[in-house]
Amino acid sequence: MTELSDRIRSTIESEDVVLFMKGTPQQVLCGNSARALDALRSAGASVTAVDVLPDPAIRQELSALSNWPTIPQVFVRGELVGGADIVEELAASGELREKLDASLGEGWPNGDRSERVVEVTGGETRLRLVP
Amino acid sequence: MTARLEDLLRQAFPDAAELRVEDRTGGGDHFQVRVASDRFDGLPLVEQHRLVYDALAEPLADGTIHELRISTRGGS
Repeated sequence: MTELSDRIRSTIESEDVVLFMKGTPQQVLCGNSARALDALRSAGASVTAVDVLPDPAIRQELSALSNWPTIPQVFVRGELVGGADIVEELAASGELREKLDASLGEGWPNGDRSERVVEVTGGETRLRLVP
Repeated sequence: MTARLEDLLRQAFPDAAELRVEDRTGGGDHFQVRVASDRFDGLPLVEQHRLVYDALAEPLADGTIHELRISTRGGS
């Protein structure tokens, strides 16, 4: 198990809603990442985003952990919910909201939704809020 | 290229009630696949899509598929 893999795993396990994407919520660099982000926003989720583009190893390690070959990937409380198609479908049917209620507990939307970015490469796991 | 993907999906889902592969851009690397099969019955979407990814593991790994959109439903 590499250090990078450990960081990815701990981000998945410690953050409520994690979106592995190409780019960041401020600068989305892929149509499917945008679809997943829009779906999460429409459900009111506070998103913790990880940009996979800075290092190809992020995507490799992530796919090895999740057994899911494509980006984006959405996790809720450590569980893979799916990629853009699934999250979009679940958002449209209302099931994404139900999933968030079930996983995060009633009352999770307790305040404003927020977005932040976790950087998993480099010397340490760094987290910053998206203004 | 759509024929190759259809062949792989047909092997994985020989009983599919619907099986369609669309080249979304005409460039031979962005695809939309639609599969309806009894094999999906009772499975969460994430597991349904995994079955499709498994069927297309080779073209996903060799870079043939740059982007894949998946739509699945059960057979009932």
